[in-house]
Amino acid sequence: MPDAVHMQNVVFGYEPGNPILQIDDLRIAEGKRVFLYGPSGSGKTTLLGLITGILQPQQGTCEVLGKEMTRLSMSARDTHRGSEMGYIFQSFNLIPYLSVRQNIDLPCRVHERRRKRIIAPTLGQETIRIAERLEIAGVLDRGVKKLSTGQQQRVAIARAVIGRPSLVIADEPTSSLDTDRRERFLELLFEVCDEANATLIFVSHDRSLMTRFDEQISIADVNHLNQVRMVQA
Amino acid sequence: MILLLLAFKSLRSRIVTTSLTVFSIALSVMLLVGVDRVREGTQKGFQGTISHVDLVVGARGGSLPLLLYSVFHLGTANNDISFASYEHFRDHPAVKWTIPFSLGDSFHDFRVVATDDNFYDHYQYRGGQSVAFSAGTRAEGIFDVVLGSDVARQLGYHLGQQITLTHGIEGSFLNHKDKPFTVVGILTRTSTPVDRAIYITLYGDEAMHLGWEHGAPPLVAIPASQIRKEDLHIDQISSFLLATKSRISTLLLQREINTYKPEPLTAIIPALTLEDLWSVLSYADVALSLVSFAVLIVGLLAMLTALYTALNERRREVAVLRAVGLHARQIFTLFVLESTLISAVGMLAGLTAVYVLLFALRVPIETNFGIPLAVVGISTRVAIYMVVVVVAGSLLGCIPAIRAYRNALVDGLNAG
Repeated sequence: MPDAVHMQNVVFGYEPGNPILQIDDLRIAEGKRVFLYGPSGSGKTTLLGLITGILQPQQGTCEVLGKEMTRLSMSARDTHRGSEMGYIFQSFNLIPYLSVRQNIDLPCRVHERRRKRIIAPTLGQETIRIAERLEIAGVLDRGVKKLSTGQQQRVAIARAVIGRPSLVIADEPTSSLDTDRRERFLELLFEVCDEANATLIFVSHDRSLMTRFDEQISIADVNHLNQVRMVQA
Repeated sequence: MILLLLAFKSLRSRIVTTSLTVFSIALSVMLLVGVDRVREGTQKGFQGTISHVDLVVGARGGSLPLLLYSVFHLGTANNDISFASYEHFRDHPAVKWTIPFSLGDSFHDFRVVATDDNFYDHYQYRGGQSVAFSAGTRAEGIFDVVLGSDVARQLGYHLGQQITLTHGIEGSFLNHKDKPFTVVGILTRTSTPVDRAIYITLYGDEAMHLGWEHGAPPLVAIPASQIRKEDLHIDQISSFLLATKSRISTLLLQREINTYKPEPLTAIIPALTLEDLWSVLSYADVALSLVSFAVLIVGLLAMLTALYTALNERRREVAVLRAVGLHARQIFTLFVLESTLISAVGMLAGLTAVYVLLFALRVPIETNFGIPLAVVGISTRVAIYMVVVVVAGSLLGCIPAIRAYRNALVDGLNAG
């Protein structure tokens, strides 16, 4: 099975001469649900920045969904991210001045490729279809400020999976939810990712969820610099 | 397209700040364009007051006062000219027609203009429109009076009504009570000073002042019923308008009048004297425009402040837009679009307000200040102002936009 993500000999630092991430080899196979965990400050978000192409490694190669990110221009990486990846933040996922519907269909309006991959005949119908799956169809025309945290996170899922991206990345998406809602959130996320045939990278420090995933990766195991530092500490 | 929608929605979500900013820009555009439109409107209004008049002739004196009192009924005539001199030039071979004016009396703040039939036959305004009657006929009899449309409307006078004219101008206690006039005609609206004048015959003016040679009422007044045209002798008039048979002779005739031996006279070409007036007023125009520009700068800076202060709380929003795949330069464009929208809307609102106000205040300004104001279209200068406002708005918008662009690159997906 081809890799969704394949990083080799990657070195990255926010300041030159002070690398904080060094990865010899990291593979995430296509279609897998991967649980990425590690303590805060271990470089989880930095790793996600490299995968999404927001950041560029100083050394090494980083192939994501068949494209070598280090060889792409910044705007080509932006386009690649927007049309092939869905991203769910920990909180405050939504554009405050857009309605729920406009928040969900935003990626399809920005990227033609995602719009072409929708399942329903029209974008409006696709939005409703996904919203129904995520039990938020009733709030589609509301302002996002009136939603509960749980509803907001489900709107974020809808936006991440609309137009069937190949890779869905969720950065601590459940940390603002209570335990009951966490389970339901995860179920829904799995359902819609399966439907979209998307690889899922789920980042969390909450290991109670990790058994539900196909693969578990500890950042501490992957990032050699982190290990060194921890040993030193 | 999606950026425009985002910019619009984002501005609408901050409706209070946005409208205040739009308002301050609209206000400054209103001032800027208003000053310019009023300037051009007055110029057009003044220029439209008389047409086809080649020379205005009065007693020796300044050309501007002569033009103002003869044509616009502003200020007073200092000296009269003899009727003999008037007759000399009226019958001059190069002259097509003349309109004599005798000024000096008033009625309820409206000027009384004594003239003759030539006024009704030849007076033209706005490129060839003649005076017309909405009711009645021209003043023929000694005590006949014709009212301008504003006079009739404001005083509520109608045909057949008797009125008493005041001697001199503005609140004089001397009046011509013994010689009442009868309204025989009301002119249609011209939107020129004609609307605010009262027209009598030269004979009427003479009859009214019979026995007033020393500037005071006669001790033994002659009853109005006993005055006949044949008994009246017109000695003096204030000024006259003149049209030549051929435009080429105008300059020669002007020279002839200015060097007329029997009496010191001044002849002016109205269009040239108006140009002098504008060059005098252009200082005020420049000063007002500078103030308006200062207000515009303040308005634009208010916009900059509003956009810049919102930047920090929008970092989260920028991170989400980046995650969705917007390029950093699209973030830049989004912020520039916002400032462009604000300044464009402010500019349009200001422009609309100018025209609404001009249209609404045109008549009151003309009635109360005697300044004829034409509604004028958008000039090159206003078009330049419009472009400048929007371009300046966009350029200023680059400052928060650059900041947002940098934030987008530094924050990546981490903001908040």
